[in-house]
This record gives sequence, structure tokens and C-alpha cells, in this order.
Amino acid sequence: MLTALALGLALLGLLALAALPLAGHRLAGRIVHGGCCVVSAGFALAALGGMAFGLPEEPLRLPFGPAWAGMSLAMDGLSAWFLLLLGLAGVATSLFALGGAPRGLVAWPIFLGAMALALLAADGFTLLLGFEAMSLASWALVALDHREAGNRAAARLYLIVAALAAACLLPCFGLLGAMDFAAIRAAPPEGWRAVAVLALGLVGAGAKAGLVPLHAWLPLAHPAAPSHVSALMSGAMTKVALYVMARLLLDLCGPVQPGWWGLPLLVLGVASAVLGALRANLEEDTKVLLACSTIENVGLVVVGLGLALLFRGADLGAMAALAAGAALLHAMAHGLFKTLLFLVAGAIQHAAGSRRLDRLGGLIHAMPRTALAAAIGLGAAAGLPPLSGFASEWLLLQSLLAGWRLGEIGLQMAAAAALALAAMAVALAAAAMLRFFGLVFLGRPRSPRGAGAREMGRLQVVAMLLPAGLTVLLGLFPALALELAGEGIRQLVGPMVRPPVIGLALGAGEGHSTYAPLAVALLIGLALMLLWAVVRWRSPAIADRGPVWNGGFIDPPAELIFGDPLSQPSAAGMAQPLRRMLGGTLLAARERVTLPPPGDPRPARLEAGFEDRIGMAPLTPAARIRDAVAAQVERLRSLTIRGSLSLVFATLVGLLALVAWLEGR
Amino acid sequence: MGFGQLPYDVAHLLGGAMLLLSFMLLYQRRVAAVVSVLAAQGAVLAAAAAWQGFVQGAPQLYLTALIAAVAKAGLIPFALRWMIRKLALARGVDPALGIGPSLVAGVGLVALAIMVTLPITTGAQALAREDLALALSVVLLGMLMMITRRNAILQVVGLMSLENGLVLAAVGVTGMPLVVELSTAALVMLVLVVAGVFTFQIRGRFDSLDTALLHPHRGEEG
Repeated sequence: MLTALALGLALLGLLALAALPLAGHRLAGRIVHGGCCVVSAGFALAALGGMAFGLPEEPLRLPFGPAWAGMSLAMDGLSAWFLLLLGLAGVATSLFALGGAPRGLVAWPIFLGAMALALLAADGFTLLLGFEAMSLASWALVALDHREAGNRAAARLYLIVAALAAACLLPCFGLLGAMDFAAIRAAPPEGWRAVAVLALGLVGAGAKAGLVPLHAWLPLAHPAAPSHVSALMSGAMTKVALYVMARLLLDLCGPVQPGWWGLPLLVLGVASAVLGALRANLEEDTKVLLACSTIENVGLVVVGLGLALLFRGADLGAMAALAAGAALLHAMAHGLFKTLLFLVAGAIQHAAGSRRLDRLGGLIHAMPRTALAAAIGLGAAAGLPPLSGFASEWLLLQSLLAGWRLGEIGLQMAAAAALALAAMAVALAAAAMLRFFGLVFLGRPRSPRGAGAREMGRLQVVAMLLPAGLTVLLGLFPALALELAGEGIRQLVGPMVRPPVIGLALGAGEGHSTYAPLAVALLIGLALMLLWAVVRWRSPAIADRGPVWNGGFIDPPAELIFGDPLSQPSAAGMAQPLRRMLGGTLLAARERVTLPPPGDPRPARLEAGFEDRIGMAPLTPAARIRDAVAAQVERLRSLTIRGSLSLVFATLVGLLALVAWLEGR
Repeated sequence: MGFGQLPYDVAHLLGGAMLLLSFMLLYQRRVAAVVSVLAAQGAVLAAAAAWQGFVQGAPQLYLTALIAAVAKAGLIPFALRWMIRKLALARGVDPALGIGPSLVAGVGLVALAIMVTLPITTGAQALAREDLALALSVVLLGMLMMITRRNAILQVVGLMSLENGLVLAAVGVTGMPLVVELSTAALVMLVLVVAGVFTFQIRGRFDSLDTALLHPHRGEEG
């Protein structure tokens, strides 16, 4: 099986190579994206088969690699779970790209293959190779529309963050003491080295996943990239970063690490969840909104991982399995519905010509199938039963509720605070998703271009309905999915645990509370049918159409065929309550009313906005340090010949002295 | 081969003589004397290479010795002298770091070289170890000379001395191919030519050999 997967990787590489001579050819897009679609499906099938019927035991040693050891591939429960997600997201996004104009044909297969390589790696070198190739390929895709200055700036920031992640992950894997994963597990790092691994791994993988405070690139890079790229970046790439974090901190460093390791993860995760969800409520661009929601969901997954570490440190195996299961399930659920939602955003941008919420509206009539898919995705993102988001968030909140079992009072308090904040983040996310659906799909069109929107081509609709169907399936049968992920959970928290599953229902703890999605779906269905019957029974036989209440406005003039824009709620208007309530402290939100003096014909203006100071916090000093270093280096240029020679000489003498000191120790 | 035997003693003597000459390069106050010392160092290097060739039974080292004798003890000092005469340069050395401090720094560098080399080469032959420590000292002193002298000719002499140290290290190790020495010798000749041309240019334009005069002419403030 591993050989087949390695062949799939090689095939992706060949596709990238073939895209070079094919560029401009009529069939180039079909060949490359079709090939990527097939290989992604192969990845998903292999991962599914592996998890269902047994994973390959021995790693596959590749006959090439760095000088000290060959590269090796392996697939255990954890990598298979994330590979399944990558395969599914890859199929959907490649299908979507197949229906559109062929762009970024070289980088796309490399992006997919690099992520698969990072997931299948069985040694540090291969993992880093895949991770960095993934960063570079996605940077090329983000910079695809580099004619616009904004996109160039976004791509530059993205590259800087990717370099930061690399600068942290390289020494991090170096500190592990060995390259081969099995060797690292046999001798995990201890003492200050372990702490350094934790810090570097958190910053390195967290920057790529979009954890607060290193999240500033995410809301910039996602709108800059083409839609299928942002879908794969948000759905799969952030998950690869989370996989690296889980692999590094939970699996490789092993159960010898103390329980407090979970605490930084918990704190960062909760902060990301709240900030991302709040920002999602205030943004006025569909893709930026979705990117902020990604920050929130990544935060929730990290909360799950941190809790798993805390519980594992306290020897609570079942609870740790619950938290790890919640993290894995939420990663899968988010990967699917966020892929779907970014594709929906791309379809809307293509059909209605805008990403701004204030220029969309009423698309449910023009694009009914897209609206259905979007409703499913947004429902899952809002955590509505019986969709996938509810199942995973329920598990996560259950594991947070079990936080009182942690022995120390400090940890208990942390878990309780995390519970409150995570619940708030979930609720905020629901509000953001409601705002998205209401402004984009309901109401009247807000622009002529939006009124003339048409459904996308058949392939794109299929590409959206596929993850939508999977979201429903995952929501109805989360227990089966967790059974599949059982091996991965054991990989994370210990060999003796079982996934938190009772039959087809999810069970938290020793069966105290269970969630049976099928029964819930049945009840909801019954209630909806009852409602429908009552409405049907109570309503008059013939529909009576009357004038729409327009909120107290006067009728619009005839030339405004879509109605008066002011009589519909705007994106900023819907965001106002939350901006006033929470935005002031967290996002430095401001509102300014400018009233012209009496007699002045200028209109009164209300200006509202916000600024993500937390996201900018690490960037501003970084830019200052860069400028200072550049200024110092500039001074070196004007050194005299003797000065330059002295610099070389001093370096040489310093290094020799270091050698002498090391020898003398 | 070990302590107290003739091959070791002679090699040690020659290496020590080179180190001594390096120190002499540092404390000479007249340019002409510096060139004489450099010629002496080249001659000792030739002797050291010949002795190594005799001890190791490696005839190609005689060729190295011949190159060193002809180029380093003969041609290069001759060219340098000719340049000095041509430039009518009779002025003394103009050190950036005083003679006394340079000697103190030189002693420190020798100590550093010994501290680095001896522990690293445990297990190698005693001859090779001592030889490497001496060679590294000569290299470091050559660099020190390059950075503590303002005069372009003295900087060239520092470079030559540095290269002498490299060749000393190369002949001390058994089995060093001759190609490397030939190419380094050629490289040094080339450097000498370039430096000569350069020196004439500086002389012609600024009437002095102080490289500090060049700094305002690099397109930016010096």
C-alpha cells in the first residue's frame, strides 16, 4: 500500500513537470486537475482502507534521501486520518478547478503532493521536506494574482510567516536528537530540550496553522488566492500544520512529558477561537470572514489537543481519548465544511462578481444548489445538529466539562475558563455563519451583477455537493468515523484507550452523557414535518401575496429596481451589536460620527471600523528589528579593507577559541 | 618516529624557525627588512619541504621545495625589492597596531593555535601534530600582519606569509598531492602580480601606499 502511495506522490510530481510543457495547451487544465483528482481519490481510498482493514506495519525505505539516512514513508492511524481528509479535500477542490480556467498548474500538484509527503513521512527530514515544499507551493499559488499590490503584500507576509515556521521547526526537529520517528519515540527529549521543542514546535506549527498571535497572514492570504487554492489551504493545509503539532508534541515527545504541556496549547487555542469567531462577525468580505472562522476552528482543535495532553498527564486515559477524539473529529469536520464554504465563496465571486457582503444578496433564487450546499456547510460551521460540526464541538465541550477531574486547582480553573470561552466562541461562530447566509443568500440583490447571477457549471456544483454530502454523513455517523480514527487516538494518548463511542452514538466519559445523531436527526425531522403540516393546515388554500413590509422606509424610486439599498440590513449594521459589545477591547473597534454644523449641506457620516492589534503585535517589532539589522549590515558595506579583514580574522579566532573551549570541557 | 629522534627534531626546528621568522616579520620597522625576513621564511619553508620529502620518502616534495626556494626565497622577494626601489620607498613600517601590542597578540594567537590543534589531533603522529600547530600559528600571524599594517606592500607580505603557513601544513601531512601546492603557488604569483600593478596604480595616483587613501574613492563615504 505504501508503494502505491509513493507512486501516487511520484505521479503528482510528474504532473507538475508535465504542466510545464503543457502550459497553454487546450487540455492542460483537464490533464493536471483530472490527474490530481484521481490521485487524491487514491489517497482517500488508501487511507480509508488502511484504517478499516489494517495499516502497513513496516515503514517504506526510499532508495534516496540525505546522506546520513534514506527517506522513509509510513502510514499509522494519525497520518491515515489526516490523509483521508487531504484526499477528500483534494478531490473536491481539484474537481472545482477542473470546471474553471486552468491556473497555477505547476504548483497545484506539488502542493497536494507535498502535503501528502508531510503526512506520510516516517522521519524528520521527509516531514520537513514535505512541509516546506507545501509552504513554497502554496506561496506560489497565493501570489498567482500578483498584479494587484494587495495580493503581493499578502504573499510576502505569507512567505515571511512560512520562513518563520521553518526557522522554528528545523531546530525543533534537530533538538529531538534523531531523525527516524521510531528512534525519537525510543529516546524522547528531556529537560530544557523538551521545553525548547515545545516552544519551537508551538510557534512553528502554530504559525502555519494560524494560531493567535501569528494569525495575521490568514485573513490576507486566503482572499488573495484563487478559490480552490484557498479552499485547500484552509481545509487541508492548516490541518497538516495541526498534524505536525500533534505528531511532534503528543506522539514523538511521548507520554513522559509533564501534563502542564497542555496548558499553553489550551490558552493559545482558546484565544484563537474567541478572536477568530469575533473577527468573523465583523468582517465584510466573504473569504476574509471564512478565513477568520478558520482561525476559530483551528483554535478549537488545539484546545482539544491541549486537553488531551492535560488529561494524559493526569493519567485519565478515557478523558484524554475523549479530548483527542474531539480534536481529530473536529479537524475532519472543519476540513470538509471549510473546503465546501471556500468553494461556495468562489462560486459566488464568479457568479455574482463580488466578495463583499454588501454587494450580494438574494442568491438563493439564482443559485439554489449552491445555497443548499452553503446552508449545510454554514450549519455545520455554526454547530447545528445533526451536522458534523455539532458532533465534534459537543465532544470538545464534554471533554472541557470533565476538566474538574484534573487534580490541581489551577488546571481545573483553566479548564473551566476555557470551557466558558470555547462556548462563547462557538456561539459567536454561529452568529457569524447566520450573518453570512442571511446577507448573501436571503433578502434582495444589492447590485445588478448580483441580480444576474447564475448557477456555476455542473462540475463545480458537484464539487460543492460532494463535501456537503460528506458533512451530512459525518454528522450522522460520527461514531463510525471515530472508530476509524481509533488507531490515531491511541497514537496520541496511549495504547490502551478506546475512542469515545457507544454503538452508533458518541459517549462522553463512562456513558454519563451520550449523543445519538440519528435519533436527534429523526426528532428534528419530525419537528420540521410537524411545523410544515401545521403551517400547511393553518394557512389558506391559495397563497395571498401582499406588499413586503420594508421596515418603515418609503417605497424606492422606480429606477432602483432592486429596492433602496438603505432599506436592507448591511454587513456593518449586522455586526454593530457585537462590535460595540466585544470589539472595543479585543479588536480596538471604533465608531465616529461626523455631524456637519447647521447650514452645511454635507451629509452626516458614521464611520466604523476595527483593527486587529493582536495580529499586528508580533509583526510591528519584527519589522523594526529587520530595519535595525538592515541598517547595521549597511554599515558593514562602508568598512575599510583592513576592517573587513579584521572581521574575518576575528570570526576565525572566535571560532578557534570556541573549538578550543569545547575540546577543553 | 617519536620524540628525541632526528626526523622529528629537524622538522620541529624548521617549523619553529618559520614561526620565529613570522614574529620577526611582525617587529621589523623597515620595509626592506620585512622583505628580507620573508625571503628567509621562504628559504626555511623550502628546507622544511625538502626534509619532509627525505623523511617521508616522497620525491614530489623535492619539487615543492624547489618551487618554494625559487619563488618564495628568490623571485617574490626580488620582485618586492624591485618595487620598493622603483617606488623609492624608504619609509618605515606604518603599523595600525603598535609593534608591542602586535607581538603580544601574536603570542596569544600561537597559544590559541596550540590549544586548538593539540587536543583535536590526538592519535595522529606527534610530528604531524606539532607541525600543524606551528603551521596554524604561522597562518594566524600572517593574517594578523595583514590587518595591523597600513602599507599595501606589507599586506601583500602578510598574505605571502600566510600562504607559507599553508604550505608548511600541507607538506607535513603524508600523501598531500602536489597539484594543490602547484596551484597555490601559481595563485600566489598571480596575487603578487595583481598587487604589484595595484601598488603602482596607488603610487601613481596618490603618491603614497597608505590604503586608507583609497576609501573615499569607492563611490561612498569612507
